[in-house]
Amino acid sequence: MSTASSQAPSPGSPPATATSPLKAVTRFRLFWPAVVLAVLLVANLGFTPGFFAVHVQGGHLYGSLIDILHFGAPLILVSLGMTLVIATGGIDLSVGSTVAISGALACLQISRSADPGSLGTVLTAVGIALGSALVLGVVNGVLVAKVGVQPIIATLILMVAGRGVAQLITDGQIITVTSDPYKLIGGGYWLTMPFAILLSALVVLAAVLLTRLTALGLLLESVGGNPVASRLVGIRAMRLVALVYVFSALCAALAGLMVSSNVSAADGNNAGLWIELDAILAVVLGGTSLNGGRFSIGGTVLGALIIQTLSTTVYTIGIPPETTLVFKAFVVIAVCLIQSPAFRAKLAGRGARARRTAAARPHAVAPINREVGK
Amino acid sequence: MQQPVLEVRGIRKEFPGVVALDGVDFRLFPGEVHALIGENGAGKSTLIKVLTGVHPADGGEVVLAGSQVWIAGPLQAQQAGISTVYQEVNLCPNLSVAENIFIGREPRRFGLINWAAMRRRAAELVRELDLDIDVSAPLNSYSIAVQQLVAIVRAVDVSAKVLILDEPTSSLDRDEVRQLFAVIRRLRDQGVAILFVSHFLDQIYEICDRMTVLRNGRLEGEYLIGELNQVQLVSRMIGAELAGLDQLGGGKRRERTAPAGGTAFLQADGLTRRGAVDPYDLAIRSGEVIGLAGLLGSGRTEAARLLFGADQSDGGTLRIEGAETVLRSPRDAIAHGIAFCSENRKTEGLVGELTVRENIVLALQAARGWLRPLSRTAQDAYALRWIRALDIRPGNPEALVRNLSGGNQQKVLLARWLITDSKLLILDEPTRGIDIGAKAEIQKLVANLAEDGMAVLFISAELEEVLRLSHRVGVLRDHRMVAQLDNDGELTPERVMATIASGADQ
Repeated sequence: MSTASSQAPSPGSPPATATSPLKAVTRFRLFWPAVVLAVLLVANLGFTPGFFAVHVQGGHLYGSLIDILHFGAPLILVSLGMTLVIATGGIDLSVGSTVAISGALACLQISRSADPGSLGTVLTAVGIALGSALVLGVVNGVLVAKVGVQPIIATLILMVAGRGVAQLITDGQIITVTSDPYKLIGGGYWLTMPFAILLSALVVLAAVLLTRLTALGLLLESVGGNPVASRLVGIRAMRLVALVYVFSALCAALAGLMVSSNVSAADGNNAGLWIELDAILAVVLGGTSLNGGRFSIGGTVLGALIIQTLSTTVYTIGIPPETTLVFKAFVVIAVCLIQSPAFRAKLAGRGARARRTAAARPHAVAPINREVGK
Repeated sequence: MQQPVLEVRGIRKEFPGVVALDGVDFRLFPGEVHALIGENGAGKSTLIKVLTGVHPADGGEVVLAGSQVWIAGPLQAQQAGISTVYQEVNLCPNLSVAENIFIGREPRRFGLINWAAMRRRAAELVRELDLDIDVSAPLNSYSIAVQQLVAIVRAVDVSAKVLILDEPTSSLDRDEVRQLFAVIRRLRDQGVAILFVSHFLDQIYEICDRMTVLRNGRLEGEYLIGELNQVQLVSRMIGAELAGLDQLGGGKRRERTAPAGGTAFLQADGLTRRGAVDPYDLAIRSGEVIGLAGLLGSGRTEAARLLFGADQSDGGTLRIEGAETVLRSPRDAIAHGIAFCSENRKTEGLVGELTVRENIVLALQAARGWLRPLSRTAQDAYALRWIRALDIRPGNPEALVRNLSGGNQQKVLLARWLITDSKLLILDEPTRGIDIGAKAEIQKLVANLAEDGMAVLFISAELEEVLRLSHRVGVLRDHRMVAQLDNDGELTPERVMATIASGADQ
């Protein structure tokens, strides 16, 4: 038994067990997401020769790459929160509604205030939005961690109800605001960069530091990887799980501020619509398993950028709008398959496998086997 | 001799990392009740699942009524005449008894269900087995026992050659068991071959004609019920050769006398949990090894889990270092210096996708909380020290723990608790499924830990090992602590085994 396992390859083994440098590189977690992103970007270069060009205009950076980062920022934030939720083996479907609620609350506050352009007003609005998200996150966290509702159901409640709440807040209308400080969050520039990019980068960095410099990452991975064992080593799983839902809601709220700020309006109906699905996809593309356990924030960022690049590609190469989603679906399926080690192994070893299976079942056809015999 | 209705030869089934069935032969004759016996993990359920087509076998052959067959799925098994009634009744409780009996094969007329015919046929079938129930009443208006009988009626009517009953009596009371046995006897007399799987030895001796004993995925033997008494059967199940036991360790098994007095580190009085373990008393001193013996499923694990707060007790008291304590969670127990290595290394012990290092520091890190992370240097130091001390292979702290062999995984689990400041170590089957070398190392480690003053609760199905290590042995049977025997040098495996078999010290 022990000899068999000592030969078994393990991803974390020292170079001695790695057969070639190439293999070592492809085994690196972020390798496949990075390849996919690179391929998509290069493909765009083929359609749009100036795709990689970045130029400065009026002290601001412009270019397709900047756009991808800029418009991808809300998705990166939502996916970031989703990553930690998924790491614990859960899922958060309510982020889209939280995006809408947060934008609606902030815009409502600003539009009602006497001085929409003042910093104080905007900070109050941001505070209200984040505070409400905190409450929503606590609700999700308590439902999942304390009450024990399945995450998909617990967050489905807020996904459906939250959309209605957002529309109640905006009274079914689109609230438009004119406020320069608010505009900065999603549409403004700071130090030549779109502020949204800086903000999302800051949050991502904070999350990486928080999970990897403290033991939070390890404990989350343990809870997601084996909840029973985690309880038996004395991890307070309930708190941790509740915490990630709160974090996810806060990330979604920030994304909601960005989205509404960018268009200077809150649309309870469409803001953040289906963003939860894109976020889940980004997490999966980034190599975090939906079963929970090991997570990769870097992978998630790459995954979100892949999705945003794909959206950009769809527009730049002029795919008819009605087939956009179908095109996206096919690319996503392809990407998922490429990333699946099982699929690659199957592709590589199909012939050998088929021969083995046939040899293992000499009496596969049997008198009683009516179903198979048909 | 009559021809068996079902015969399997050399059946083999492997799951990743485990050989569940290793060349098992088994035969079943028409008109007999045949017991399939073995401890948990012996391969009983796997064999049933192979016979019913749930798992395809990896090797070997199945011969049914003289011709070789390949059972590709549950449907094929049913068509071939093999029906199974599982422990949990797999019927629709909200439908009527008649509907449950005929679901999926309702008698039809003009394409519509012929309800009258269905009820009439169902009533006939029920009457044949001497059951007095209204077939148009919903199934859930009857007790579990009757529901089980309905499941049997259905199974027999679907296909009547081979009937597999998997733990049919585990949720029945005495009268219900009698009723079930009457039905089983009637079916046997009709020529049905019945495979009876049960933990209850008394019931096996009451109803069965023949038995097949499995151990560790291998065939131990096939016996007529009169050939073995219960003690002999238990020794076959556990696999200890009675004669050979004394010679193990060169006869040098030291006498283990308990260390001198003082208050017990842990004292349980009448501790109990309904359905898991009857009230038991247990005292464990520092430096003392207490063994728990008994068949798998006898309540050993359940008793231990109460001491770790993994399950909540619903009666009795627990004193730790003299102070009465209620353990609400494993975290409480850990704070009191109690450590627990579960028998299910993979599902309850290790986090497979984390590395050896991460698994080793997990308990310590959990106790410190996430805000006080162990530095990477400290983690590496712990991991390397214990990899070396316990000779964990591969000696790479960054290897994923799921790729390690069972023995090495067990050592990782031990290392996890040894770096915490534990005073009582509960080891549930720490040496099961691991190779001889690792087994000896772990036994030695346990003895050394106790000499250094640690209290140890050592649970194992291997009596030899329990006797070699323990100062005192608690014996469990049917979820009850039936005896506590001092390991005074006079205690023999035979006596422990007799206690397990009879339920009393003799």
